[in-house]
Amino acid sequence: MTLLELNHLTKTFSKGREKVHVLKDISLNVKRGEFLTIIGPSGCGKSTLLKAIAGLDTDYEGDIRLDGEIITSASVHQGFIFQEPRLFPWLTVEKNIAANLSLKDEKVQAEVKKLIKLVRLEGFERAYPKELSGGMAQRVAIARALLRKPKILLLDEPFGALDAFTRSHMQEALLDIWKEEKTTMVFVTHDIDEAVYLGNKVMIMSSRPGTIQKAVTIDLPFPRKKTTKLFQDYRQKVMGEFEKVEELELVNSAGI
Amino acid sequence: MHNHTTVSLNKLKSGKEEAAGRRRELTNIGLLLKGFILPVMILVLWELTGVLGIISETLLPRPSIIFFTFIDLLTTGNLADHFQISLLRALGGFLLGGTLGLLAGLAVGFNKNVEDTLDPTLQMLRTIPTLAVIPLFILWFGFGELSKILLIAKGAFFPLYVNTFLGIRGVDSRLFSVAKVLEFNRWKQITLLILPAALPNILLGLRLSLGVAWLALVAAELMGSSQGVGYLIMDARQFSQTSVVFVGIIIFAVFGKLSDSFVRVFERKLLKWQDNFQG
Repeated sequence: MTLLELNHLTKTFSKGREKVHVLKDISLNVKRGEFLTIIGPSGCGKSTLLKAIAGLDTDYEGDIRLDGEIITSASVHQGFIFQEPRLFPWLTVEKNIAANLSLKDEKVQAEVKKLIKLVRLEGFERAYPKELSGGMAQRVAIARALLRKPKILLLDEPFGALDAFTRSHMQEALLDIWKEEKTTMVFVTHDIDEAVYLGNKVMIMSSRPGTIQKAVTIDLPFPRKKTTKLFQDYRQKVMGEFEKVEELELVNSAGI
Repeated sequence: MHNHTTVSLNKLKSGKEEAAGRRRELTNIGLLLKGFILPVMILVLWELTGVLGIISETLLPRPSIIFFTFIDLLTTGNLADHFQISLLRALGGFLLGGTLGLLAGLAVGFNKNVEDTLDPTLQMLRTIPTLAVIPLFILWFGFGELSKILLIAKGAFFPLYVNTFLGIRGVDSRLFSVAKVLEFNRWKQITLLILPAALPNILLGLRLSLGVAWLALVAAELMGSSQGVGYLIMDARQFSQTSVVFVGIIIFAVFGKLSDSFVRVFERKLLKWQDNFQG
């Protein structure tokens, strides 16, 4: 059952007289409830791809459909988690989660309370963002997106700025949320371990032009353990594909 | 036995806390005293030079004489009335100019079209010194209250205008994409995002406007009036009553500072979410 559908997505921008392909002919399907991770070297256009799906960038050729409908603008159906939490510094945690929805509405209040519990921030309802650590702030951002019951959650290297311990905690937390809420996820990262650990499917992108090089299905049950042989095998496989992409890039940039 | 130890532990703890509190109080008092050392020394020195006749009384009257002049003006003169008149002028001008400045800043900040039509003219008017338009204001509006209030309003307008404008345009654009993803309508975008983000600048504008209003008040009252603290100063100058001049100056200083502190209290309340260097 396909939820998200990309058909021949191409994005170019002109650099002087030259036309540079940022994204070239990307087609993909994401099933309802799937956890898709996308990895690629920096500058391969993976963030651009995610912004296009979010509707934050509509300047491209091809079409993107969510639940069969073409995406024309940003909306709460496509929840977006940025690299930084981007909380409103003048609002407390609970007000940040509610944002434009009123906490006076009992339904909203109950939902917010539930989400605060889900992202394990009880006791911090009335704290300001300046009092939170990076991981906590990112959890508020996730709760804020989830409150709007998105059809799909798009995450743009959300844990990139966190230290290794916090990151692995956040990965667990995200998987818990995924299990609980069954939200479809598209997760962009440059960390191979993270991609294999989280995704049902890992997509490897190459750069200049940004295309999908290979998709690897990770057929491992959750919860996964990074130390098992099977996990390491998948990791090797993805790593191998990733290295091919990088070699290709070296060849390209050397002009051979 | 166990209970007993916890009780005594608690006692010990509260005793410690009390001691720490007392120590904190003491350091607070110490800090306050430290701030007073220099002014007190200056006052004593000043008084002594007067008593010893080193400096002429007409040029620099002793602090004690200034104090008694103040009491005298308060009881037999009508200092309170003069002060009330001055306060009303400053307040009227500030409210008029400040409100218009805030509104203009909001309009220009929110709308590029308004900015393109209004801002160049306002920026030009801003560079005209307030003192330079005094003769014009007298010609147009006479020596009455109107010219004074308008002069103060002109001074108070620009700090609020410029800072409100700056604050609105300084909103983090990354938060706008969040607002887009969360589907904020225009109203929510203004109340939840733009105004709170611009608030630090708006409050700064408010403080600067208040300061300018006091400044313009003095200028307005010096240009000719029959009431007000500024008039008191002018009048005293003609009769070489230097101590009265001092009383006027001190009143301006004290109330300027008080009005500023008043806004800062608001600032601290409204901006407690800010995460800035505290010094």
